[in-house]
Amino acid sequence: MEDLGEIVGEFLMESHENLDQIDRDLVALEQEPGSRDLISRIFRAIHTIKGTSGFLAFGRLETLAHAGESLLSRLRDGVQPVTPTTITTLLATIDGVRNLLEAIEQNNSEEGVDVESIITAVHAQMAAPTTEAPVAPAAPAAAAEEKPEPLQEVPARPAPEPVEEQRRPLGEMLVESGAAEPADVGSALQSQLEGDERKLGTILLEEGKAQPAAVSEALQNQAPKRSVADSAIRVDVDLLDTLMNMVGELVLARNQLVRGVMETGDSGLVRSAQRLGMITSELQEGIMKTRMQPIEHIWSKLPRVIRDLSQSLGKKVELVMEGKETELDRSLLEAVKDPLTHLVRNAVDHGIEEEARRIAAGKSPEGTLTLRAYHEGGHVAVEVADDGAGMDVNRIAEKAVEKGLLRAEQVPGMDKREIMAMVFQPGFSTAAKVTNVSGRGVGMDVVKTNIERIGGAVSVDSTLGEGTVWRLNIPLTLAIVQALTVDCGEQRYVIPQIAVLELVYIDGNSTKVEYASGAPVYRLRGKLLPLVRLDRTLGLEVGGDKGVYIMVLQADGRRFGLVVDRVLNTEEVVVKALNSRFKDIGLYSGATILGDGKVGLILDVSQLARRSHLTAEGDRENTLGTSRATAGATNGERLLITAVGERRVAIPLDTVTRLEEFPRSRIEQAGSREVVQYRGQILPLMRLSHVLGAYSDAEEGDTVSVVVYSEGGRSVALVVDRIVDIAENSTTARRDVEEDGLVGTAVIQQRVTELLDVRRAILAADPNFYREMTADELVEA
Amino acid sequence: MASRQFATFEVAEQLFGVEVDTVQEVLSYSEYTPVPLAPPAVGGLFNLRGQVIAAVDLRVQLGLPRQTLAGPKMNVILRGDGEPVSLLVDRIGEVVDLDDDAFEPPPDTLSGHTRELVVGTFKLDGRLMLALDVTQAVDTYRATT
Repeated sequence: MEDLGEIVGEFLMESHENLDQIDRDLVALEQEPGSRDLISRIFRAIHTIKGTSGFLAFGRLETLAHAGESLLSRLRDGVQPVTPTTITTLLATIDGVRNLLEAIEQNNSEEGVDVESIITAVHAQMAAPTTEAPVAPAAPAAAAEEKPEPLQEVPARPAPEPVEEQRRPLGEMLVESGAAEPADVGSALQSQLEGDERKLGTILLEEGKAQPAAVSEALQNQAPKRSVADSAIRVDVDLLDTLMNMVGELVLARNQLVRGVMETGDSGLVRSAQRLGMITSELQEGIMKTRMQPIEHIWSKLPRVIRDLSQSLGKKVELVMEGKETELDRSLLEAVKDPLTHLVRNAVDHGIEEEARRIAAGKSPEGTLTLRAYHEGGHVAVEVADDGAGMDVNRIAEKAVEKGLLRAEQVPGMDKREIMAMVFQPGFSTAAKVTNVSGRGVGMDVVKTNIERIGGAVSVDSTLGEGTVWRLNIPLTLAIVQALTVDCGEQRYVIPQIAVLELVYIDGNSTKVEYASGAPVYRLRGKLLPLVRLDRTLGLEVGGDKGVYIMVLQADGRRFGLVVDRVLNTEEVVVKALNSRFKDIGLYSGATILGDGKVGLILDVSQLARRSHLTAEGDRENTLGTSRATAGATNGERLLITAVGERRVAIPLDTVTRLEEFPRSRIEQAGSREVVQYRGQILPLMRLSHVLGAYSDAEEGDTVSVVVYSEGGRSVALVVDRIVDIAENSTTARRDVEEDGLVGTAVIQQRVTELLDVRRAILAADPNFYREMTADELVEA
Repeated sequence: MASRQFATFEVAEQLFGVEVDTVQEVLSYSEYTPVPLAPPAVGGLFNLRGQVIAAVDLRVQLGLPRQTLAGPKMNVILRGDGEPVSLLVDRIGEVVDLDDDAFEPPPDTLSGHTRELVVGTFKLDGRLMLALDVTQAVDTYRATT
């Protein structure tokens, strides 16, 4: 019984592989109805399943496979043409076989799978081949509007034959079994030599020199030779990992040795060391290759996905695959599979338009979906491109503002790619309608999370009316990443290069770090880049702002600058899993052995981004004092210029915690005051126009601009009409005024601007703000 | 008479022991990479033949101030649960065979951090050896304040 179990297991595994191939071939056959190669290949695969299931006494499976085989043999012999309906019926048959196999795997029995209706459908196909096919019970959706296509005598494109050289020549086998005359085989071979591109079996069949059954039998006898994997063995992935580790060590030892040998200057030794170096590199490459698999491995399931989906949506989609031989680490392939499937489904569902719309737009009725994979700078890029409707940048921006993901005034300052990236935000979906395929607003953020988890990146580019390209950037392997080493404090850290956009050196003169209310920022080509100090994030001693580097990083769709002491070099590092006890810290994605043999920590960039945004609030109080001192020392104070009615009011930037925009609808009343809910707190609003007695014309807008001011854990929002600018207080004329809430007026940017005394302005409006109880009262209110 | 083998080492003049079969190896190492924001009991990381090993500062676990990680330190590398982990100790002692009748539970006067790490006391010639609870000793998330 034990043996039988093993045989069944092997049969199941082999059959699953075969079925996947049949799926692909059937979809290909639909595109290329005349291909005898494809039909024969499908026929062979089904026949094998039928044969083995008969041997193992899986009667229902055998019957079903037999039905499929009968239909196929009619297609093969040209008795009946290949139509979309036959393909659908055959696919349903394959699904039936698959279900049976699963039932066998789980319960060791064939019960509980509906085989009869499929068989009926197959027989119905065979009975009414050329007329409008009766609706097949197993596939009711497909049959309605399809017309049978005539069998075209398209010359068969040679299908890829993986291990061709291992197979015995077909002619030899036919002659041996007496199914064909040596002379006929000879002349067929001759015509092949003269440029006939058909396969030998095809020639013999078409010239009637051999019986179809005999040829297919010979082909089958050939087939096992392919699957007998004499040249391949199965290896435990753990073993490969161990080897990989050891090779990593070898590389290190090699580096140390080479360095030592170079110092001795012995030319003979140097040569040997170099040779050792080369061998080591080749060995490393070889080991890495053992873990690589072509991306075709995961692409192969997609033709079926696309066919089923496009049929159910009534669209026509042609799938083009480029670079399917591009190889990726096995573990990465697994991780990429689901995101890729999602992108493909999304492209068919939302990207490619209905036939009528395409024709109206002057496009070919059939949409094209292109999967492309290629190597690029130490990464593998995988693209899912459609020639569909494309995405409307403005609509995305609108939607993002509507969902509160962006503030309206941010939009004009963003480039197209940044806006497009909003679709990866959780809860974002531009689909006009929710279908059962996609459009529920989940998915794209999951795609992003999954890809970023393996150290990759996702981006999207789209041209309205022309199509969309989704692009996944995937590291070649999980085990080795291209990384930058940096110094911070006394220690060296490693940052994956995929997250790094650029590096900026801060000399303190022409380039410098500035502070917006204690939050360090850098003006990167005119735009403010929030900065995160690595030393502060890691709880180390905080260094100065001069002679440091800013690494412009991108993670989770956020761009920020990481301030480090020194950037050393880029190198390939072997990633080691970090002891589980450090997972909770969350800042490290792993560790590696550096060139000097020490352990270096690999920083998790998205966690850095997340954490620094969270801690921005908490840190502020501590940093306020120091930043004030810094700002004061460098130059005059920086002012936030706002518009309140007709007047320009300047607020010292140091006192500003955040700038926010709230929808007017979020303003609620608490007693006589206006408040909004903000980050789990109740934030009182104070209209500067009221405080200053200015006339405000802001009532017409849907949102209000506020300047959030915090002190001692309490916050208040100053409502202004508009944020105008940030300016330096290069006072040309200044006059003190006797008005509550103002310290004076000044001419800033050629205009008279009032300088707000924040403290007094707040007191003028709310004498209780600085008293102990205020916060509690507000919470209760 | 049943007897067990213990690998012994000293921390702050006190002799400790762990059962030999929990020990992978003992070695001296001098380059440690600190892990910012890690629990204080984590002394650092080091490279053991390509494997990244966390060194647990036994002094911190015993409620003492941290070791200064300058210069070579002795590591008792324990097999751990799936991944090796090292204990930073002051000095390595011998491997001793101890009869079970030399064992006594920890004295009632022993308290504080040490009490939580110790499973019992062995009476050796002239000194006492405290047998460590290996799981507790490497648990860096134990409250050590």
